[in-house]
Amino acid sequence: MKQTLAEKILSRKSGQGVKAGDIVVVDVDVAMVQDGTGPLAVEQLKKMDKEQAANPEKTILFIDHAAPSPRRELSNAHTILRDFAKKTGSQLSEAGEGVCHQILVESHVNPGDVVIGADSHTCTSGALAAFATGMGSTDVAIGMASGKTWFRVPETIRISVSGDFQKGVYAKDLILHIIGLIGADGATYKALEFGGATIDKMSMADRFVLSNMAVEAGAKVGLIASDATTKAYLDSVGRGDKFIELAPDLGVEYERAIEIDALKLEPTISFPHTVDNTKKISEVGEVKLDQVFIGTCTNGRIEDLRIAAQILKGKKRHPDTRLLICPASKKVYLEAIKEGLIEIFIEANAAIMNPGCGACVGVHQGILADGERCLATQNRNFKGRMGNPEGFIYLSSPATAAASAIEGKIVDPRKYL
Amino acid sequence: MFKGKSHKFGDDISTDLIAPGRLFHLRTNLPELAKHVLEDADSDFAKKVQAGDFVVGGKNFGLGSSREHAPTIIKLAGVSAVLAKSFARIFYRNAINVGLPVLVCDTDQITAGDELEVNVGEGIIKNLTKGINIKTDTLPKAMLNILEDGGLVAHFQKHDGFKLD
Repeated sequence: MKQTLAEKILSRKSGQGVKAGDIVVVDVDVAMVQDGTGPLAVEQLKKMDKEQAANPEKTILFIDHAAPSPRRELSNAHTILRDFAKKTGSQLSEAGEGVCHQILVESHVNPGDVVIGADSHTCTSGALAAFATGMGSTDVAIGMASGKTWFRVPETIRISVSGDFQKGVYAKDLILHIIGLIGADGATYKALEFGGATIDKMSMADRFVLSNMAVEAGAKVGLIASDATTKAYLDSVGRGDKFIELAPDLGVEYERAIEIDALKLEPTISFPHTVDNTKKISEVGEVKLDQVFIGTCTNGRIEDLRIAAQILKGKKRHPDTRLLICPASKKVYLEAIKEGLIEIFIEANAAIMNPGCGACVGVHQGILADGERCLATQNRNFKGRMGNPEGFIYLSSPATAAASAIEGKIVDPRKYL
Repeated sequence: MFKGKSHKFGDDISTDLIAPGRLFHLRTNLPELAKHVLEDADSDFAKKVQAGDFVVGGKNFGLGSSREHAPTIIKLAGVSAVLAKSFARIFYRNAINVGLPVLVCDTDQITAGDELEVNVGEGIIKNLTKGINIKTDTLPKAMLNILEDGGLVAHFQKHDGFKLD
């Protein structure tokens, strides 16, 4: 039986040949919660009298959404996670360490793993050929305590990409284009499987961008086969010995297959208030900006900061446009310092933020005023997302964001490259 | 069997509209968070809703975050079920896990204020105001088991694990 990547990973894990539609119970390799969803998970386990972790080494509690804590209630919520970690021997990722999904790929997830996270962008790890998916607090709590979870094996939509990107076009533009094409519910419940010559040539950083945003089309996972690039990435973070090769079978039948020619793509923007409300840069018109935000689990990696720094070097942000930059993790932050990127940003009059999720999720740092417009490299622009339902959020690549910060309005980044 | 009034919402009701990030600090105080449920979609909803009522949405209800707080506070507000043309995946699974019935049906046949009667197990929706029956799919067996046990915590305890078939 020929299998998709999703079927292949879940077959390995369940020890039986599975196909789309089957219900399987599998062992969990990595389970995580963050400070928004973790306290409720701990509360559920207390209710069950099951305050335990089946695999403490791979049970991780992240303090990243409200980190460091901006208010008392959240400080108390953090205490719940610290206490649980101590009691169970689980891992605690403190304020300053960074965004959960970035740390999962840097330090924890390997090809073939089943990863469950109480955060919708857990699908980021799918770029490492792990079956990684977002769930609620109760699902993850039970996964943490028992070491098991259940899945219905999803059908797969194959996205095949060929051709080279034009200058100024990046993985972010590709995924915004895909979501615009199939819609915010176009892959509901399905696995998105990305492949083709363009993906084969892509860096891990770019692959993470694609998998990260799979959920914005409704998908359960966003999977990419593991290959030499995956191996090189795992080598670079000290886990080369965990590499295994996983790919879909040639000639497998997909529920739907979509072909994309990368050469035809332009820098792409999502307009408020849904991610699938996309426009090519040439169709954008005049959109003045009050704030530009470069960071998050989508586009806060060192590769993203390098592109932004290349554009911002020797320039200043527009005087009417605030520029916020947030490295995705401590590791990224340190690299950015060593490479001189942080100096470039500060000289461009940017505000540098502590690694975390606060601005993207609307908790603290960068909350919009009524009527303000922000261009962000994050994954969501829902009404209210950046802490104010009267604000307007646009999404783009780091290059478009950096160029737009200079001009104070959304602009084509290509003239700066 | 549930009986109550419908509260109608549009397409793409995100978890940010149901349980906004600006109220992040209330996530460990669910009764307080429930006073703000769906506030950014309808500022009066929490005041208007009565025990037994239904939330009725369009397509892709519950898209976005994994925050289980979203279905939990809809339930805490007294809502007996959510009906929509389609649901986002994580919200759907979370709703079942917290014991909030969710049913897929053609919600164009329901207007705001209609009196509805819903039998979840049999998948029957009666619009008493319009005098029509609306077709719905029954829940997948695995999920119906969890819902009938009273949510995932009760299900897991009852069977000492998952009993899905």
